[in-house]
Amino acid sequence: MPVLSLEGELTIYTAATQKDALLAFLASGDDLELNLSQVTEMDAAGLQLLILTKHEAMQTGKAMRYTMHSAPVLEVLELARMSTLFGDPLILSGQDAA
Amino acid sequence: MNFWDQDAEMKVAFDLFVVESRELLQSMEDGLLGLEHETEPVESINAIFRAAHTIKGSSGLFGLDVVVRFTHVVENVLDRLRDGKIGVAPELISVMLPCRDHISALVEAIAANQAADTPALNSAGEALLARLQSFQDPAKTRLTEAPDAVAERSGGGMVEAGDWHLSLRFGVDSFRNGMDPLSFIRYLGTLGDVVSLTTLAEQIPVASEMDAESCYLGFEIDLKSAASKEAIEGVFEFVREDSRIHILPPNSLINDYIELIRSLPEDDLHLGEILVKSGVLTQRELDEGLNLQKTHADDAAGTQPIGEILVQQHVVQQPLVDAALDKQKQGKESKARENQSIRVDAARLDQLIELVGELVIAGAGAALRASKSGDPALIESISEVMGMVEGVRDSALQLRMVPIGATFSRFQRVVRDVSAELGKDIQLVITGGDTEVDKSVVEKIGDPLMHLVRNSMDHGIESGPVRAANGKPVKGTLSLNAYHESGNIIIEVSDDGGGLNRERILAKGVERGLVPPGAILTDKEIFALIFEPGFSTADQVSNLSGRGVGMDVVRRNVTALRGSIDVESTAGAGSIFRIRLPLTLAIIDGFLVEVGHSGFVIPLQRVIECVEIPADSQARDYMDLRGEVLPFIRLRGLFEVEGAPPRRENVVVVEHAGVKTGLVVDRLLGEFQTVIKPMGTLFGHVRGIGGFTILGSGEVALILDISSLIRHYADLEKASHV
Repeated sequence: MPVLSLEGELTIYTAATQKDALLAFLASGDDLELNLSQVTEMDAAGLQLLILTKHEAMQTGKAMRYTMHSAPVLEVLELARMSTLFGDPLILSGQDAA
Repeated sequence: MNFWDQDAEMKVAFDLFVVESRELLQSMEDGLLGLEHETEPVESINAIFRAAHTIKGSSGLFGLDVVVRFTHVVENVLDRLRDGKIGVAPELISVMLPCRDHISALVEAIAANQAADTPALNSAGEALLARLQSFQDPAKTRLTEAPDAVAERSGGGMVEAGDWHLSLRFGVDSFRNGMDPLSFIRYLGTLGDVVSLTTLAEQIPVASEMDAESCYLGFEIDLKSAASKEAIEGVFEFVREDSRIHILPPNSLINDYIELIRSLPEDDLHLGEILVKSGVLTQRELDEGLNLQKTHADDAAGTQPIGEILVQQHVVQQPLVDAALDKQKQGKESKARENQSIRVDAARLDQLIELVGELVIAGAGAALRASKSGDPALIESISEVMGMVEGVRDSALQLRMVPIGATFSRFQRVVRDVSAELGKDIQLVITGGDTEVDKSVVEKIGDPLMHLVRNSMDHGIESGPVRAANGKPVKGTLSLNAYHESGNIIIEVSDDGGGLNRERILAKGVERGLVPPGAILTDKEIFALIFEPGFSTADQVSNLSGRGVGMDVVRRNVTALRGSIDVESTAGAGSIFRIRLPLTLAIIDGFLVEVGHSGFVIPLQRVIECVEIPADSQARDYMDLRGEVLPFIRLRGLFEVEGAPPRRENVVVVEHAGVKTGLVVDRLLGEFQTVIKPMGTLFGHVRGIGGFTILGSGEVALILDISSLIRHYADLEKASHV
């Protein structure tokens, strides 16, 4: 199963490149996993990207799981009340993400 | 309240608010004036209400409490009108129009950075509010609605008492402007408790079209908070400009929801989604309704619309469903409308037209050189380019064209007010409102038209009893008409009044020494006398016109626009004032002449004929033109052009204010359409010159301003004789 690990910030500053990376990853298989443990910062632009990716996967009938959400990701998902909407298991990590 | 001094961005937003308010106030006025004549006034009432509501809302955003307080009451009355609780009555419109004016006065005062709560404005506002009192709901005339109003309504789905409902649609550039919607939501958390929040991601386009740096997000938030509306609004101060922020207070009224539904940016939503989004309906209720719809569809042949089901289930009220349906319908329509027009800064247009003017001139220069070179291929391609350049010029000028209808419809109000003042019953009929004319012409034609309209109403149309005695309908008719005719726009102001009094005008003309006694004049010549300075036949000076400063000012204004005015009149049947104007002020049809090596352009409208100077007039300053004495001005002398005159000079006969004058020139070069360029300020004092243009050869030609030229020459003559 292909896994992509997003690293660094998922914000407006990186959104354009992250988008390309995510779409390329989406094209790489049918059963995909996106590891969010290394996301150090996330804003609404990042949130928008995660929504887009999930939506695209759904449209094309692919499975796209978000895993290992880092604390900043969780915080945003909570804030936007989207944590359950993505339908991914969330594991509350005890430590702060680096 | 000087925040716009401090913040340039605020200033931009505020300017936009002023412009929008003006437009809304205009549409409010149009709507109010149209109400009485409409058989189905629902649409107009809605439009008027929306205008008031939007002004109130935007004023609130800027903290313009004076405007909000006053408009709120107006809006309440309009709301009752909309609900059919009060009817469309002349009394109501007579109160509403001044109310509109008052809102306008407040907005203009604020726009001019003046206080909007001066004693004068306050007392005017109070007086109007008192007049509105009789149209208010006797049960709740207070500013805030009684809380029990909510309890009466059927159905649930309303936000809980104490919850603010925030509907946020962030502007597409929010991220680029350094705004993170999430930080606003975080901050909201410090003001109160976010009870519920829905992230709306429907606006995100498909991946290929999605710009990762654009914001497509929206949020619907219920906030339990004791904070004031201002405090909550303050959170969004920096994104207000390009985002849609709606804040509904607790116990919001249905109307506020309806407004919200109408202003949702999403176009193609399903009815249920619209209702859910606006907070009228909960998702659970919608799901239940949809389930119900499905089961019904299974056992019955037809499917019942979801809107009906929801109303039956008492989860939502009919007006809200109607509003949502409207919104759905509007979605597609407004998309089509948006493509139809675009707002452009007038200065940019002018710049474009100026550039195109330069292009035409440069092109003419290129064509000249090409034809000198004698290279047929070059000549052909240049002529092709020139054809396109002219096309570009025409469409660039087209950009400045606006329909004259907006100018006309302003007179609905004037006619209404003035006829009330005069105690006459007069209706205004507008035709040809979509006739297009240059924006600069439209801007300047308002005053002359106002004069004509008032004059016709005051002197033209008789009072009711007189009309009845003459066997005419008691209601007088004033018509405004516009149409195009050979490169000009014709504007007609006509009335079905008594017509001009030929004898009295002639008598007055003789008395004033404008006409020699016993002269035989045609009707047209007699009627033209009314445009002479200081000419007024009104026996009585009324409040409106008849001060003797009317018609000559009209003619002067029209002439300044390079137009002309005449009048046609039939005794007992009415008069028609006809203004003829060029379609644009940027281009002139000229007649090019040459004196020595200098080119001059005479406005073609002024030119009557060209004749050769008779041999016996060479030494004089006048000539015999078919039995008439024609004084002439030698341009060579006036402009001190060097060189000896040619053997045969020509005279261009021009007319100004009914008097013919000759202009002596060396050579006639023919008709010539050209772009007018204004003279620099350095030459502002030069008289007789209206501007200049650049000829195809690259030489400069001066455009003569005939009226000031003749005046200037007369002054010189006078000085030389003293």
